[in-house]
Amino acid sequence: MNRDNDKGKVLIYRSMILGVAELLLLLLLIFRLYYLQVYQADKYATLADENRISTRLLVPPRGIIYDRHQNMIAGNQQNFQVMMVAEQTTDVDETLEALKKIMPLDEAEEKRVRKDLKRNRSFVPVKIKDNLSWEETTKILLNAPDLPGVFIDEGLSRFYPYKEMFAHVVGYVAAVSEKDVKDDPLLEVPGFKIGKSGIERLFDKELRGKAGNLKLEVNAIGRVMKEIERVDGIAGDKIELSLDLRLQQKAYELLGNESGAVVMMNVNTGEVLVFASAPAFDPNIFATGLSTEQWNELNNNMKKPLLNKAVSGLYSPGSTFKMVVGLAALESGMVGKQTRSFCAGKMNLGNHTFHCWKDAGHGYLDMVQALQHSCDIFFYETAQKIGINKIAEMAKRFGLGQKTNVGIENEKRGLIPDTEWKKQRFGEPWQQGESIISGIGQGYILTTPIQLATMVSRIANGGYAVSPTFKKFSPKSDVIEAKSMGISPLNMEVVKQGMFEVMNAPGGTALRSGFNFNGQKMAGKTGTTQVRRISMKERMSGVLGQEELEWKLRNHALFVGYAPYDNPKYGIAVLVEHGGSGSGVAAPIGSKMLLEALKLDATDKPVD
Amino acid sequence: MYKAYETSFRNQSLGLVDKFWGISFSYVFLIMLLAAIGVTMLYSAANGSWEPWALRQLIRFALGFAIMIVLAFFDVRIFLRYAYWFYFGVLALLILVEIGGHVGMGAQRWINLGFMKLQPSELMKIALVLALAKYFNSTGLQSIESIKGIIFPAMLVMVPVTLVMIQPDLGTALMLLFSAAAMFFVVGIQIWKFGVLALGAIISMPVAWHFLHDYQKNRVLTFLDPERDPLGAGYHIIQSKIALGSGGVFGKGFLNGTQSHLNFLPEKHTDFIFTMLSEEFGMIGAVAVILINFLIIAYSFIFALRSTSYFGKLVAVGLTTNYFLYVMINIAMVLGLLPVVGIPLPLISYGGTVLLSVMTGFGIILAVNINRNIIIGKD
Repeated sequence: MNRDNDKGKVLIYRSMILGVAELLLLLLLIFRLYYLQVYQADKYATLADENRISTRLLVPPRGIIYDRHQNMIAGNQQNFQVMMVAEQTTDVDETLEALKKIMPLDEAEEKRVRKDLKRNRSFVPVKIKDNLSWEETTKILLNAPDLPGVFIDEGLSRFYPYKEMFAHVVGYVAAVSEKDVKDDPLLEVPGFKIGKSGIERLFDKELRGKAGNLKLEVNAIGRVMKEIERVDGIAGDKIELSLDLRLQQKAYELLGNESGAVVMMNVNTGEVLVFASAPAFDPNIFATGLSTEQWNELNNNMKKPLLNKAVSGLYSPGSTFKMVVGLAALESGMVGKQTRSFCAGKMNLGNHTFHCWKDAGHGYLDMVQALQHSCDIFFYETAQKIGINKIAEMAKRFGLGQKTNVGIENEKRGLIPDTEWKKQRFGEPWQQGESIISGIGQGYILTTPIQLATMVSRIANGGYAVSPTFKKFSPKSDVIEAKSMGISPLNMEVVKQGMFEVMNAPGGTALRSGFNFNGQKMAGKTGTTQVRRISMKERMSGVLGQEELEWKLRNHALFVGYAPYDNPKYGIAVLVEHGGSGSGVAAPIGSKMLLEALKLDATDKPVD
Repeated sequence: MYKAYETSFRNQSLGLVDKFWGISFSYVFLIMLLAAIGVTMLYSAANGSWEPWALRQLIRFALGFAIMIVLAFFDVRIFLRYAYWFYFGVLALLILVEIGGHVGMGAQRWINLGFMKLQPSELMKIALVLALAKYFNSTGLQSIESIKGIIFPAMLVMVPVTLVMIQPDLGTALMLLFSAAAMFFVVGIQIWKFGVLALGAIISMPVAWHFLHDYQKNRVLTFLDPERDPLGAGYHIIQSKIALGSGGVFGKGFLNGTQSHLNFLPEKHTDFIFTMLSEEFGMIGAVAVILINFLIIAYSFIFALRSTSYFGKLVAVGLTTNYFLYVMINIAMVLGLLPVVGIPLPLISYGGTVLLSVMTGFGIILAVNINRNIIIGKD
């Protein structure tokens, strides 16, 4: 009985301990709640928002590119794409079949669509096809009742209204590749395109604009529940280029089916007015994505439409180099304005014979006449007299053999050789014969058309080191930065007079191309460069006419010039690959371009 | 002597009216309050809809409420008389489950009765309390304090625990073990024996670890370091803490819990309903639920202590501890204090069996309170 009493007491005593313990434990939970819901509340509130809010970037419209007269040369076009949401259709296969009847899908596309539909959650819209034609778009809209879950989405895609015409200068946009620096979150947006070439690449940052933000509430599996906030982006800057649409059009018209390049500059400001490389390609196909066939066709074309000949094409300047040689000689003081040479049609050095283009020879001539007739012997002798280093130094002052850094990718440096270069390159001393052929712009010398345009502009403006630029010059805010190259104005005049005679004096190599527009005349210099050696045997039996040769073997035709002669404004370089002759093919193009520029000048309303 | 006992037995029976007035209405009110909060949360869990959970839960609660009231009118001596019968009946059901139960959630836990799925392990929680109470009621303190005297009750515990463990349902097995341990403690088993047992458990831990299923090991590891696998096993607990923490003091408002309604929070209508409540009603709501449970448990202990019979006291303590374990383990689990073991929050989480089981417990506790002055013998 006593023990039973104890048993009851123990039970009461221990029950009280247990009860108090349980209740205290329960209250302990409140401390944990305080820790999570008060002490760490901010941290978890942030985490909850990160869970719930999905931020998407809104792609701003890309900046428009204009020519100097506000003509749009790159813009944005509405692009219709057909999308599908799997969960909104009862039968994906059936709907796809119905869609295929309206809009054919090739097998590869269909395979991709099915893969995308399978891979994504059923509420995610999957792109079936983009760049729909207007006809396809309306057909799909009309058949909407038979196409559950299918809808049309609008976007903007880059559009180049003048197609090939600005391909090599404005360039194109294309999908971001792995090599691109991801310095902007926009680049991570699927389908975003960036400038890959030309102006589009050069001014990509300005054209891109600033991304907008779309904040969406999503659930755990990513379904969008509602829009929380939308901040629109800022459209890309519009860019005004120095280019002139009308002159650019003219250049392509004149180049026709030829392979070549035309670069025209304002000789005082360096503004590039025309930048043409032919043949070209349609940049629109790069923006929409090009097929393998299109790519192969462009890549295998003999005339290399993908090559930007104006900055990446390397050519011997030929006779267009003679002004540089002449100025080097005059500036050295070793040759004067009156210094004459006798041209007998050929000259000998050791047992090697150098020929003038005119077998009969030009007789006695001074520098102006030598330029006018493009006498080779005169410049052979001059080059021999002053040596390669003086020539090279002058050539570099005119921008040859170095990049202009105009901003177009893959620009080539070209090559202006001197004795030091030869030693480093071949470990051999410079030969006199090499100086001689350098005198007529042959041998090792290589230049690009934009370098030649720069050269002729620097001659035309009287020796100011202008550089080509695509930025439109604004007289109000911009100052011409070109420095004087320190060449004697008298010597400059000699060369310019020679170039004037080429176009205007009887016996000038391009007399036929000269013009007189309201008293405004032009100056210029032709060049014809061989792409093959003429053997002694061939020379004896009579050189073949250019038309008889295979295209690939014909001479390159070059021309540099400027106008008006009295008050130079426009400088131009023309290259026609395998054109035959400078005077016959390149000079007429150069002349017509300059004349067109003068005519447009006359009709141009004064720009405020 | 025998005759006198028999007479007093009869005389001590209460009338229905007495019994009705004996019901603790504040206790019943607290239970109803909690159930109402539960239904409200289930309404929110379904994004503001009575379907599919809130209405069904309400019906089940009505059923459970009826069971509670009916049990409250029982004479406690009936529980004593049939305790072993009940225990062995439920044990038989557990074995039946082992043999041919319904396979659900990777564990065999149910017997399909057609209209409902019966979970014998849930019934065992009550049966074990009654059986142990009957046994300890019948023995003396000397026997309780001896080694020999605890062999039989230990068997009563270990057989069902083992059966539940191999289902496998670690959470329920541990709950059975803990409520049994609490009863062993209150009847006066020496503290040092618990010490030895705990030591043995620690030593055998590596062996036990070996027998755990992979998912159970995962749960323990994930509890120790939730960041170990943030999208897999750790996902639940990380999302639960985010939901709780982001609720702050005042909560995001009814139906406005982002973690819950955007489905970041898993099992929001069952095991993690407390998290959802804390997200929508903040710390204020969470503390309120804890305090209501505090009162229910405090009342239950008071009922136990007020009972004059040893059996009644012990039964009430056992059932209360069982309820306490549900609440404590569930909340500690969602707060990241315990591994995720799959224990629901009774009266609030969606689920029929647990609701019926705790309502049965409350019914018996009410009966103990009503019959507190009845003297009960040793068998």
